[in-house]
Amino acid sequence: MEHIVIIGNGISGVTAARHIRKNSDKKITIISAETKHFFSRTALMYIYMGHMKYEHTKPYEDWFWEKNRIALKQGFVKTVDTDNKTLHFQEGDSVTYDKLIIATGSKPNKFGWPGQDLKGAQGLYSKQDVDNLEIYAPNNKVCKRAVIVGGGLIGIELAEMLNSRNIPVTFLVRETSFWNGVLPEGESQMINRHIKNHHIDLRLNTNLKEIVADENGNVKSIIIEETGEEIACNVVGLTAGVTPNIDFLKTSKIELGRGVLVNRFLETNIPDVYAIGDCAEQHKAIGNRRPIEAVWYTGRMMGETLAQTICGNKREYKPGHWFNSAKFLDIEYQTYGWVFGSRGKPEYEKHFHWKHEDDTKCITVAYHKDTNLFLGINTFGIRMRHETFDTWLTQKRDVAYVINHLAEANFDPELYSHYETAIQTAFNNQFQTA
Amino acid sequence: MSNKLNHSMSLAKPDALDISNKQKIALAIGVIGLFILALALLNTNFPNKALFLTLALGCISLGIIGYARGAYLNKLEGIKNDGVWFKSISSRGVWGWIVGVILTTFYIVLYFFPKYLGLATDGEANTGLISLFDPLSKLLSGRAASQWFVYGTLYTVAILAFGYKFILKYRHNRYQQVRTVSVMFFQLGFAFLIPEFMYVMNNDLPYYDLKSMWPLNYYIFDEWSVNGFLSNGTIGLALLLFGIISIFVISPILTYKYGKRWYCSWVCGCGGLAETAGDSFRQLSSKKMSAWKLERWLIHTVLVFSVVMTTAMIYTYLGYDSNDFWLTRGVFIALVIGFLTLLFTAVLYFKGKEFGKDAKYGAIGFFATIALLLILHFTGTTDNVFFIKAGTLRSTYGIYIGSIFSGVIGTGFYPILGNRSWCRFGCPMAAVLGFQQRLFSKFRITTNGGQCISCGNCSNSCEMGIDVRAYAQKGENIVRSSCVGCGICSAVCPRGVLKLENDSMQGRINPTEILLGNDVDLMDYVNKN
Repeated sequence: MEHIVIIGNGISGVTAARHIRKNSDKKITIISAETKHFFSRTALMYIYMGHMKYEHTKPYEDWFWEKNRIALKQGFVKTVDTDNKTLHFQEGDSVTYDKLIIATGSKPNKFGWPGQDLKGAQGLYSKQDVDNLEIYAPNNKVCKRAVIVGGGLIGIELAEMLNSRNIPVTFLVRETSFWNGVLPEGESQMINRHIKNHHIDLRLNTNLKEIVADENGNVKSIIIEETGEEIACNVVGLTAGVTPNIDFLKTSKIELGRGVLVNRFLETNIPDVYAIGDCAEQHKAIGNRRPIEAVWYTGRMMGETLAQTICGNKREYKPGHWFNSAKFLDIEYQTYGWVFGSRGKPEYEKHFHWKHEDDTKCITVAYHKDTNLFLGINTFGIRMRHETFDTWLTQKRDVAYVINHLAEANFDPELYSHYETAIQTAFNNQFQTA
Repeated sequence: MSNKLNHSMSLAKPDALDISNKQKIALAIGVIGLFILALALLNTNFPNKALFLTLALGCISLGIIGYARGAYLNKLEGIKNDGVWFKSISSRGVWGWIVGVILTTFYIVLYFFPKYLGLATDGEANTGLISLFDPLSKLLSGRAASQWFVYGTLYTVAILAFGYKFILKYRHNRYQQVRTVSVMFFQLGFAFLIPEFMYVMNNDLPYYDLKSMWPLNYYIFDEWSVNGFLSNGTIGLALLLFGIISIFVISPILTYKYGKRWYCSWVCGCGGLAETAGDSFRQLSSKKMSAWKLERWLIHTVLVFSVVMTTAMIYTYLGYDSNDFWLTRGVFIALVIGFLTLLFTAVLYFKGKEFGKDAKYGAIGFFATIALLLILHFTGTTDNVFFIKAGTLRSTYGIYIGSIFSGVIGTGFYPILGNRSWCRFGCPMAAVLGFQQRLFSKFRITTNGGQCISCGNCSNSCEMGIDVRAYAQKGENIVRSSCVGCGICSAVCPRGVLKLENDSMQGRINPTEILLGNDVDLMDYVNKN
């Protein structure tokens, strides 16, 4: 029986395993050094905040794996010998495979800051990161202040986490406004204000120079690059993005770029070795997507696709319309299609922006300046229906159609206030005066 | 595993998170109110009962209200679940067990030893706790209080005060607010005040909470109850008819349109308490597959028991001779069996395919019921059914289901089993409504395409123990008989994935293999296979 070995038990690897099982009788083994069972990485923050316990973050009960004949092995793969189709573990043992799927995800970026490996300096990616945070920031007596470096999705999650335990947070953001490499200005500014409303000390245009140690090798303070200001703190969150977790492959024959290089079939340069999820890098970006997509949804899609290929129905990775979501403290964010921030915005893309006076809800609709083709929407504080936007993008609707039919896409709970009329009025006013 | 200590089991300091001074004051006020009740229970004879009762209930309400304001009003609107699994009370810690034991004891005394609460015997005056409530009872209906009046008053105060807390907690969510105002209204009006006023207008009428329908209200068709209605002319007859219409006509229509939530989380008193006072315990319900299996056996067994028991009760006071009254024992049994058979065949005919594997279990339930009814008919004598006294059957149901299951376990075990264990495992009314919700209703929880991140907030907060995530992460709508439509899964979802909706029956149940957002050709290929 063919043995499929998957390194990594995150969403990508587990999705691949589940779909291979559905379509075949192959022997499947999932390897992880992190945890025995699959858990939802996106839910790590809720463990620290006390909304859930670790066991609640597991999407499948523990009996699921045996019932579906998916073997779980805990171990750290040290080297991959593709000539002999063998994995060697740090623990000393080894496993052979017929087909290998690399789904090892990411690790937090560290840009060589002095002190970045001190006790109390950490990222927020793995189960171990949350366990460490529990040691270094259990409450505001042990951790009198925390500094977060890097204004992205993980940074703001970490800020929310620490805030939930009343630990004062200083949030260093390199950019001129929060996440404005991705978000248009109006949205980014709204989130700046929302962060400050939560009493988080947001510092824009600010870089980390170094992390200072105390006599025991713990974090004592940080120094800011621009001003030289020293801020006393006990924890430093390093959340300046992630990078593929592939160091163990450096001695192998598998071709690497920043990630594991794959073609559209998610195949590496070595036959029978594939890579999916955060650690995979496309030779050439697909459409407006990045070559490395470190997103939950794309990891899942690659898993769904590769399972078909493994089971004899060879398929390209051909994702549909882009979508994503996040939550910034109390404000939910969804996006469908493409809306660019000022950086990387194509010259043909124009925006219509509407913001509610309460400063917690807004939308940005992107359209083509010549054809009025609807390109995408960012929505904050208003839930929208994925299926509706997916259909409109496929139908290539124009911007006016989308604005006039926005009510069909509303996905807010029943009895909520609706804003479609206000949005339409704003749109009409803007276009008459334009 | 986590190397984190379980803070909540520490006796010296059970809570990891401190509460503010304002909350401490509120807590103290609330404890003073409870202390007055405790003194009354220990037979302290208060000089001015009306004053001390007002003081006690006022302090308890103020304590809860003050605590809630301290907890929520100093923060921005949003989800307020920080620390629920750290706090001792809401994570089966020391406080959880203490409160569970106190509540359970209270229910045991209430149901089985009301004399310890001070209930008068032989026309004497009440003493103890019950006597403290005499002034309010006299004010409302002119009679002395009973243990049920005490219970009803405390129950109503709990729903109102904790309802206020819930509204503050969800002050960004209008669905939650309106729903809570609704349960507060139905408890105060329909369960508490209207029956008292009905008693004032006509004190021969049996106690009747209009919104509480059979089979939850299992005594409505008892002989004393039916006689009570029938001996009271038009109004009595109208009330009895309303009782029949509400379960056989009104409820199916509303459940078809809105799902069982119209009752379970908008109207019902048990649901009302669970959603307000019980809100802090919703995460404690078990989401395991094994719990779901137990639930399905248990709740349907109770339903069968309830149907057979009610039939047997009515059976015993009907006659044999059609000259006295057209509805004889024989006719009645035939009608019940005919109705159940019609229902069962209709379900199999129209929904047999959706029923799938469960058809077997449905058939077991159906034939068991019919067999029991036939045994009833052919072995029943004037006084005995199933070879025991009819009254014994009724009181067995009353004790084990009505008292122990719904009260002692259902509410007493809030801090251990979660706030809906009665609704989930025992309520026959929920079983009837759930059956209909699964098969003949427009209601569903829609999953928003491919947006689920499997975080588990939805499952964690489901008080009915539904593993909501299991559906959401497959892009499948949630159509489950047990769902009471509280809407908290939708509220806590960080990615806007869940929406409670009433839409067409078509495509309501939509299992998929590949989620929206992937290759459309792959979706077509796999989902059609």
